[in-house]
Amino acid sequence: MKAYVTVMPKNGVLDPQGKAIGHALAGHGFAGIGEVRVGKLIELELAETDPARAKAAAEEMARKLLANMVIESFKVEVR
Amino acid sequence: MKAGIILFPGTNRERDMALALARVTGAKPAIIWHGESELPAGTDLVVLPGGFSYGDYLRCGAMAAQSPIMRAVADFAARGGHVLGVCNGFQILIEAGLLPGALLKNASLRFLSMDCHLKVERTDTPYTSQFQPGAVFRSTMAHGDGNYFAGDETLDQLEGEGRVVLRYCTPEGAVTEAANRNGSVNNIAGIVSPNRRILGLMPHPENQVDPDIDGTDGLPMFQSIAATFATA
Repeated sequence: MKAYVTVMPKNGVLDPQGKAIGHALAGHGFAGIGEVRVGKLIELELAETDPARAKAAAEEMARKLLANMVIESFKVEVR
Repeated sequence: MKAGIILFPGTNRERDMALALARVTGAKPAIIWHGESELPAGTDLVVLPGGFSYGDYLRCGAMAAQSPIMRAVADFAARGGHVLGVCNGFQILIEAGLLPGALLKNASLRFLSMDCHLKVERTDTPYTSQFQPGAVFRSTMAHGDGNYFAGDETLDQLEGEGRVVLRYCTPEGAVTEAANRNGSVNNIAGIVSPNRRILGLMPHPENQVDPDIDGTDGLPMFQSIAATFATA
């Protein structure tokens, strides 16, 4: 099964990429854009077949390596 | 003194670091491949030099921090060993949990390759003893992710314990926002561990150690290292 780990900058951590993208979208004439934040999506193919165990494993991977818990938060979705 | 410089795939400043150390110690440092699991016997100082280890995949320094040699470096540090991380080396020390905080993308989103000035906040460390108290020296920065960040609690702890050793400043020594090109919190350029034996900094003092090549502004840092081990 597959686990999808979404890693995002924590609230309060400056995200200059998000700001730059927001400005660029406004430059294209898109109106009404609030805050823009940029993260990453990591797709993991796992041999595990039990969704709960797969999720727990992916969360452990996120805490250990995929996310930097000082500046990022993550969420895991299993499909 | 026996220094060892760790080489990761993508490291590119190990030779400059080796020349700077050899200049003050007279001994050629060992170059240690990241796949090794032990440091050479009798190592006094481990240096993580600058570069772009693993192409900065995932986060700068994140992959290198998982290398086999980093377990040996962490053990060495836990035994009170001296570790210096410059630029990518600082990023690796943070990713390995040997120093706190994080290094974010520069606030300007630009890669900054330019001179900077650094204020020496304390001279009672193994890396700064040969600077005059309050010294300001010229150095070079060359990084895309040098914007130091730490949560309020960590920042209070670093400042309270006097662990910020270097700050970005003007040539006159004023710690201003304009002098803080990468956007680091409190103009932080370099921090030490509680025992002051681990130093991480973004600028490259090894660039300025030769009077024939851009002056010797960074030399006192290497003279400090030599003095530390001459008296040890």
